[in-house]
Order: sequence, then C-alpha cells, then structure tokens
Amino acid sequence: MRALDRPISFPAPAITVKLLNEVRRFYFDHNATTPVSQSVLEVLVAALLEVPGNASSIHQDGQLAKQRLEAARREVSALLGSEPKELVFTSGGTEADNLAILGSLHAMVTPFEKHVVTTAIEHPAVLNPCRELYPSAASVTYVRPRPDGVVDPEDIRRAMRPETVLVSVMHANNETGTLQPIAEIAAIAHAGGALMHSDGVQAAGKIPVDVRALGVDLYSISGHKFYATKGIGALYVKSGTRLRSIQFGGKHERERRPGTENVPSAVAMAKAAAIARGTLPIEQSRLSDLRDRLEAGILGRVPDTGVNGPGGGRTPNTSSIYFDGLEGEALVISLDLKGFAVSSGSACSSGAVEPSHVLLAMGLKPERARASLRFSLGASNNEEQVDALIEAVAGSVAQLRKLSPTYTSA
Amino acid sequence: MSGGVDSSVVAGLLQRRGQRIVGLTMQLWNQRRLPELTPEGGVTGRCCSLDDVYDARHVAQHLGIPYYVVNFESGFEEQVVKPFIDDYLSGRTPIPCTLCNNFIKFDQFLDLAEGVGASRIATGHYARIGFDDATGRYQMSRGADHSKDQTYFLFGLKQEQLARTDFPLGGYTKPQVRELARELGLPVAAKPDSQEICFVPNGDYAAFIDAYFRERGIAAEKTHGEIRDTEGRVLGEHAGVHHFTVGQRRGLRVAAGEPLYVIATEPASQRVIVGRNEDLLRATLTAKDMNWISMAPICAPIRAQVKIRNRHLAADATISPIGSGAARIEVRFDEPQRAVTPGQAAVLYDGDLVLGGGWIE
Repeated sequence: MRALDRPISFPAPAITVKLLNEVRRFYFDHNATTPVSQSVLEVLVAALLEVPGNASSIHQDGQLAKQRLEAARREVSALLGSEPKELVFTSGGTEADNLAILGSLHAMVTPFEKHVVTTAIEHPAVLNPCRELYPSAASVTYVRPRPDGVVDPEDIRRAMRPETVLVSVMHANNETGTLQPIAEIAAIAHAGGALMHSDGVQAAGKIPVDVRALGVDLYSISGHKFYATKGIGALYVKSGTRLRSIQFGGKHERERRPGTENVPSAVAMAKAAAIARGTLPIEQSRLSDLRDRLEAGILGRVPDTGVNGPGGGRTPNTSSIYFDGLEGEALVISLDLKGFAVSSGSACSSGAVEPSHVLLAMGLKPERARASLRFSLGASNNEEQVDALIEAVAGSVAQLRKLSPTYTSA
Repeated sequence: MSGGVDSSVVAGLLQRRGQRIVGLTMQLWNQRRLPELTPEGGVTGRCCSLDDVYDARHVAQHLGIPYYVVNFESGFEEQVVKPFIDDYLSGRTPIPCTLCNNFIKFDQFLDLAEGVGASRIATGHYARIGFDDATGRYQMSRGADHSKDQTYFLFGLKQEQLARTDFPLGGYTKPQVRELARELGLPVAAKPDSQEICFVPNGDYAAFIDAYFRERGIAAEKTHGEIRDTEGRVLGEHAGVHHFTVGQRRGLRVAAGEPLYVIATEPASQRVIVGRNEDLLRATLTAKDMNWISMAPICAPIRAQVKIRNRHLAADATISPIGSGAARIEVRFDEPQRAVTPGQAAVLYDGDLVLGGGWIE
C-alpha cells in the first residue's frame, strides 16, 4: 500500500487563536480548494529555482523549461487518459471552461444561429460564458436535473435541435458531488452533430477519469482542487477538435492559449496528478467511508436533516446536508468560530452568502437550499476530525434552532 | 460594522477593553439591482456598497478579528423596503431606519449573533442604555452628542433587546470618536459621515420608488393625481403621492398668491392637499403601537417632551393613554406644532431619558 502524501495542513489563523484560544483548525472545504502537499511544494520550489527560463525561448534555458513543461503535460494527460498534445494548460478551471465554450463556438462558421445545451447546475465558469453567447452568438438551453441532482440524458436529447453545436455538462457537481452520465450524454451530443464539453474540475483527482471512455471532446480541470497550486488548470481538446483562442497574444500552446507558460505551476500540477493517480483507489474508499461516517453521525444525532442528492453516484468526498429551520450561513460562521471550515451556497461579491443555484435547480425550496451546508473531505481529514465535526454541528444546530423563528422541533 | 467610522471605533474600543469580538456586516440591499439610480462613477459611501464592505473588512483585518458579511437582503426587502413604499403610497412618511432597527438589526441580526456564539451585540449608535434597579427596567437615554443623537430611531427597542445590546459610543461626541479612530489607527478615520436613507442613493426616495416600480412592472400612473386646496379646488396635477410629504413646499408647481405647503396626501383619491403654513399647525396627535422603554405603560396623563421627527426640537406636551395598556396615546402640545406627519414617530422624552414612542396616526 502506497503511503499517502499528506498535504500541508491549513495553519490555525492568528485570529482564531486570539479569539477562542483555539489552535486546532479542521478543514472540510476541499471542493473550494486544497492545500498543496509537501512533495508538490518541493517540486514547485525546485522548478522556480532551477527552471527560470521561458519555455518558448530557443536557448538552452528555454529548452530546459520546455522539457519540464512537456514532461508535466505527459503526467497530467495520464490522469485523464489523453494524449499529451491534446492538453492545453490554462490559468485554471474558469479559463479552461471559457476556452472550451467560447473557443469552440468561435471556431465554427455556420449558416444558422448556433444553439448550445447545458444544465442549470453548472459552475458559473460555464453558465456565464453561455450567458455571454446569448443572444449575439448563440441561443442556450439550460436543462434542469432530476430532483436527485442527476441530469437525465433523455432531457438532453429533448433539448437538442438541428442547430445544436455544443453540449456542456459537468462531470461532478461541486455542491452535491453528483456524477453525471457523461458517456451517455456525449453519445447523444455526437449523434446530433454537436461537440461535447464536460467541466471536470470537481472530478479530476477524486475519481478515475478517462476522457476516451467518456467520449468527450473537451474536458476542463483545475490543479488546486487536487493539491496543486492555484492558478493552473488545463483543457483537454480531443485531437481534431477545432478551437480558436479567446485571448490574443503569442503562439503558445499550439496557438490555443497565448501567454508565457507557467512552468513551475504545471510541474506542481503534474506532481499532484501523479500522486492522485497513485493514491486514488485508497483515497476513494477512505474518503467515502469518512463521508458515510459523517452523514450517519449527523443524520443520526440531529433531527430534521437529510442529504441533498443521491446516496450513490457521487464523488467520494462530498456531502450536501440540509438542516431545516436555520440559515446555512449562520451555521458556517458558528462552525468557523469553533475551528471548522465548511461552506454554504456561494459567496456574492460582498462576501455574503446566496442560496445555491444547484440546490434550487434540483427543486429544493429556497428555505431548504439556504439551510444546506456542503462538507467536502480531503487528505488531511480522519475519523477523529469527523467525529469532532459531528459533535460541533450538533451543538451549533441546536443553538441556532433555539433562536430560529421558523423551527419547531417535531 | 458598516465600514464607517462609528462602528469601526466600536470594534476598536471593545478590543482595547479586552473583549473577544467578531465583526459582522449586514448585506441588506444590492446596490447594483436598480442600476439606473447609480450615479456616474459608481455607488460609494452607501450601505452594502462593495467599497463599504471593503472598508469594514479592512478594519477587521487591522484589528485582527474574525469578520463575516451576513445576508439579510430578503428580510430587508420584505420588512423594510416594501413597507417603506407602501407607507408612501398610503399617505404616510415612513422611517425605514426604525423598521430596520425593530425587525432586522435588533431582531434577526441579534438572533444570528447569539446563534453563532456571541453573548451581546454592540453597534455604533449614539444613544445610551442603562438599568434602573428601582423599576427593574432597561432605560435608554440620548447620546452625549445631542447633534448625533439617534434615540429617535431606536424607540422600538424592547426590554429583551436592550438587555443584549451595547452602544459604546453613547458617552462620546463625534469629534471624540474621530479622535479615537485616529488613536486606534483605523483605516477609516478620515472617512466622511454617511447620511440619509442607506438604500436610497442621493436621498431621492421618489426616484427609488419609481425605479422599484419599473423593476417590478408596476404602472407608476396609478399613483398620479390632483393637487387640491383645502376648499377642494383643483390647482394642478402631480406624478405620484410618494413625491410628497406633509409640510413640503418644493415641487408643487402650482401658481398661487402665497407660498403653499402640503397639508396631507389622500391615498384613496390620490389627491395631494395643499394650504398655507398656518394650516400645518396641530395641537394634538394620536400615536399607536406604543413601545414603553424607560417606564412602564402609563395609566394616567403625564408631562413629557415629544419629538415628531428626527430634526424636531422636542416640545412640551401632556400625554394621555387611550384604552388599557397605553398601546395608543394622545399627545396635547402646549404650543401647536408644525407638520405632524402620519408614519413618522412620536418619541417621548423626560430630559435625556427616552420614555417610549409610537407611530403617528
């Protein structure tokens, strides 16, 4: 059994220490981001020190950088089952999604108005480029998921039109972890003559991904979701897929993404990808055991709670739970002050929380969507932490419900 | 923490006293929602603007305290903005700050603070809270800086709300608070004071109501009507009763031999009634939904000073209870007062002490 490469844990912020004399800090928000692991940090620092060249330069310093960049490309490709030349490095998941959607549409010349099919539960990095397309460049259909959060391939089929040129459906949902039937949907897209994009930001590194088996043409990933650094991601572009750059500059990345290559971060993502590939089978079952322990603990101890989405068919680390009669926002703050990092909905520009569009699209009532929390586990979590979290959740929920005008215990 | 000087100094003072504190900012209204109201160059110095949240967060970081923005947008719209609009359309002139204090800040927000583990809340209001052992009641009195006193907006606070609230600035003047901000090195020490109604840019509440109607698809024409004098003669037309408040002179656009003032707005007929300044004088008023703070509900008439709007100089009056429990009162002023306005508050004082208050009918 391969030893896990433990991530560097989140340090206890000075404010928490001052406030509560609380030095422990338990992080349960790995779908937001992950800390880099020790070995990722080492290769990153080494690359910064030893590979200062520009990968597009002709001289030896440039060649060394190029060699490291291509080695990184091979390693990240291996995580996805793609050919190295099919991988475009980007600044992250958002850019990969934008490039996939805007870049593929810009590359198509059609005599008719283009149509795009996506879903109502996508990340804003997919939803907002689609909004940008409408109405000048394409019309867009947003398919709603079933109440369990799964997008029915038949609903995609029904949304298809003769002029549909792109279908974009996420692989794993960030809020609920729900896995979508990408292979089936890709077959429907292709049968209708459309390209298939999948946002795999929440899947890569958490579950095995094989872009060939999924049958996708475009697949986005982000390094910092699997213990690499922020600011690096990649887009898989299946060989033969036409894509135009959406930024304008030099001829980097086969003219698909201009800008000096971020070699140190690519090297870091490659290391994280290699670790993820090696530890995935163990981590998957370890995390799903922990996740099940967390859900059983909370649902067993706290009344009027439940899991949003399906029991199975999820990423192993993600759990979305509703706590009727309270505001998820208040529960996040309460748990944070006790040393636990969890999340609720999505932050608007001021930092205030808005109810999750994913849970609303699944048909949850707004009160229940606002009363939901996302727990996302990762490498640093263990049983002891999960048990401490259950204890803290039970205490915080009881305290908040005591003051809730809408909660009456059964 | 609004991002202004007052609440920032509160945070700094409490921390200096060794209190363990958490900073909270209420997100009440999305300023980007009615973009037509946004002046060139964006919205600044208004509640919930990104700049103010940035400032509040900056202060929290400067002090090294945990800080969160909490979302009360839906509660604020339901319990402050909509009643604010309804009041105008019903011929009243509302006080949204009081509605916010009663139903959001010292209610839902106070509960949230307690829910996340806070024992009390502290705000930057210029007012003082005390406890009277003799009666067993929490009492409220005016802030030491009478020019900044905010008790007129706080008359709705109940005993259990006062018990969990601190106003650390009550004993300071505004110049002293600015001095404290500099002493504490707060990044907002030189920030100008905010004014007016926080969610209404430039204080133009009529433009806000019009924009809100357009967003909701409500026809503004239904608020149009006639301007009549006290004898019922039609003098002109107006573009909505919400453009007028009792005592107003500006914006009438009717020709008359002498200055005319709004005497009343009649929502049922959409009429605005105008008259001479003398027509605005009233010797009595009744107020409802009385909240008694520093004394128990009265059973017999008392003497007090009564304020009928924030900038009004409290006037001597005799207060009589109407019905049992003194939920309503009649106020009889020694001297008639100008522009008694339905929807505003009648707040009773005994010197600096706030006895209680209610809504003018």
